[in-house]
Amino acid sequence: MTLSDIRRILDAEVIAGNESLDREIGHAFAADLLSDVLAIARRGADGALLITGNITHQVIYTADVVDLGAILFVRGKRPSDSMIQLANQMQIPLLMTSYIMFETCGRLYEQGLKGCIEKAGDGSD
Amino acid sequence: MDQTERATPFHKIFRIEGGNFTHAGSISSRVKRVLKEAGFQSKVIRRMSIATFEAEMNVICYARHGTLTLFVFPDFLKVVVDDEGVGIKDVHQAMREGFSTADEKIRELGFGAGMGLSNIKNVTDKMVLTSEVNRGTHLEFMVNVHPVRNSCEALNPAGINLKCNPATGGTAEQHGIISNGVKDGAEK
Repeated sequence: MTLSDIRRILDAEVIAGNESLDREIGHAFAADLLSDVLAIARRGADGALLITGNITHQVIYTADVVDLGAILFVRGKRPSDSMIQLANQMQIPLLMTSYIMFETCGRLYEQGLKGCIEKAGDGSD
Repeated sequence: MDQTERATPFHKIFRIEGGNFTHAGSISSRVKRVLKEAGFQSKVIRRMSIATFEAEMNVICYARHGTLTLFVFPDFLKVVVDDEGVGIKDVHQAMREGFSTADEKIRELGFGAGMGLSNIKNVTDKMVLTSEVNRGTHLEFMVNVHPVRNSCEALNPAGINLKCNPATGGTAEQHGIISNGVKDGAEK
């Protein structure tokens, strides 16, 4: 599905990366803990959507170093202007939805978006 | 300067200021760009970036200041991080997943869950950690550029002494060594 589909499904607001709405998102994962994001990304999260309630600059830097496709903030959490500026600079699209994390994941999954990995410790671990 | 650094074809030094949380992660972002421009495989870049990110966070969270140096060797990439700070009392305990001394501020940033060092160990081919309480911490990690069966085979031609730690002058065993894929690993 595309970022545009994700915006529609979650009634989301696009905060950065309006020009990238046709970007294809193949996988997603949800985490507030950035060490978890880094651990998951180790197995490959190129172009994935990160669903998070963590609104810090470190989320943007993390997304950059592991080549995430976009970040979706849940629970109506709005990133600061300097975060938005950083995301624009790094060309990382940012979306925001009022849905809570559980609802957000459920709705996307229902529409066919799958997780980057299913379980910790499978695959190359 | 030890043998490793003398033989280095390319290296880049980044200074890290402890407690400067706003741009925590920016050095990892720069390291990633350097590696990308150099044309390394995306998987190699990703592994280095992940480990660098965790290492950078550790300096910002627990040290007054530090340096992070990226070395590019023909067969592997290496990062050396030296900081002046609180140090680690027990490196074996610190390596255990879930062990953390992080305060609320660190946790608010989405770190401090006791995953950092084990993340570094998991994404790299070799990791060495030594520390002295109230002095500082020395961390090295390496990622092989070309897949090899045994990481020692890739490291030895470059003259790296697996046992001796140049930062403290003592043996790695005395100070605590954590390594992957070599027999003196402390984990498991």
